[in-house]
Amino acid sequence: MKPARFEYHRPGSVDEAAALLAELGDEAKVLAGGQSLVPMLSLRLAYFDHLIDVSRLDGLRGLTVDGASLRLGAGMTEAAVGADVGVARAVPLLARATPLIGHFQIRNRGTLGGSIAHADPAAEYPAVALALDAELEAFSASAGRRVIPAAEFFTGLWSTALEPDELLVGVRFPVWTGRCGFAVEEFARRAGDFAIAGVVVALELNGDDRVARAAIGMLGLGSTPLRAPAAEAAAVGQRAGELDGAELGRLAMSGLEDIPADLQGSADYRVRVGAELVARAWAAASAEAAGSDGVGVTAASAGAIDG
Amino acid sequence: MAELPVRLTVNGETVEKTAEPRMTLADFLRERCGLTGTHLGCEHGACGACTLLVEGAAVRSCLMFAVQADGLDVTTVEGIAAPDGTLSPVQAAMRDCHGLQCGFCTPGFVMSITALLRDNPKPTDEEIREGLSGNFCRCTGYQGILAAVHQAAETA
Repeated sequence: MKPARFEYHRPGSVDEAAALLAELGDEAKVLAGGQSLVPMLSLRLAYFDHLIDVSRLDGLRGLTVDGASLRLGAGMTEAAVGADVGVARAVPLLARATPLIGHFQIRNRGTLGGSIAHADPAAEYPAVALALDAELEAFSASAGRRVIPAAEFFTGLWSTALEPDELLVGVRFPVWTGRCGFAVEEFARRAGDFAIAGVVVALELNGDDRVARAAIGMLGLGSTPLRAPAAEAAAVGQRAGELDGAELGRLAMSGLEDIPADLQGSADYRVRVGAELVARAWAAASAEAAGSDGVGVTAASAGAIDG
Repeated sequence: MAELPVRLTVNGETVEKTAEPRMTLADFLRERCGLTGTHLGCEHGACGACTLLVEGAAVRSCLMFAVQADGLDVTTVEGIAAPDGTLSPVQAAMRDCHGLQCGFCTPGFVMSITALLRDNPKPTDEEIREGLSGNFCRCTGYQGILAAVHQAAETA
């Protein structure tokens, strides 16, 4: 089908985009890569009187390393994120999640910020942002820059803490250093489909192979991306090699609400898949951390590659 | 709704026309430029039939509005063969290997394969299957397409 009529705006700067959002409010929608928005418009699942195209704004691009974090402009395409050596070294979860987003033709247009602002519960970047406690930088004409912790950002299905006049301009990911391991596991019927369930794991081991910190993010298992706090708490302080992945999977699945059920799979099925993926991702991340030399990547050296 | 001016390069030639904002790049090329080689299957980004190159990158032209292509460089399937009509290695391989049956999906496959081989000149079976997972052939003639990619990789 064809989208309903709208007025098209292509502001020349972030300030202009924010001014338009302030003026048009709820009647406007930000168009970034359009890989989720345009299908919704074409299927007439969504209508907007105004689209504000931010896909060419230089102010939304770029990659900077600042202390212990990596900041990416919200307008970076998924293809650019996936191809960047500095991203892969500083935040391996981002690089490893990227090939699982749609198809390469989608990643050529789709953006980091678009994916996070769209907040599909089965999308990869929101789960990575939540797992790593990323900071989402919003900008509006009225309030200027505002930082929203990922834990407060995803408020419901396709819903975020962004105000109608706010534009997501950047995402800041903590850089984990030390003896760390990372893994992304997801299950989809076909390459490029939204996953039935998916799991991202980051963990750090201390000198005697005990888990110093653990982050488990989950996608496709609720109305938002999710963390697995019970499983994370159970893992911290334990020897990584002695942890039972199946038990971590069970803990991660405990207390889930709003588990999707559709033709792809029932809620029960998703829980079984999710538990298994937690176990697999935990095993892979543990093995990587155990084999790590402990030097890791520093924020500075990540920046030196591609800063 | 007022139409907006759209000026872009299509297959090396400058095109200056107008488009309603909601007109997709695919419809613009077909209806305003007469370039009907780009096919539309699903019109919502699932089937890949409308794949073409924007600034050299393979994208779905049903998920981009023509006004968004203003000032950009677009290559359609009509721009793939040599000016004298000699088929590109990908096109020739698709013909040789029976990589098409009804032909509806073929332009999208040709564009995706062209981009795939440019970025990965010697892909494995697995890489080809993953790279072409965003293009559907409802005749299900995938084995011929797979063979065509291998042949094109050898002849390119």
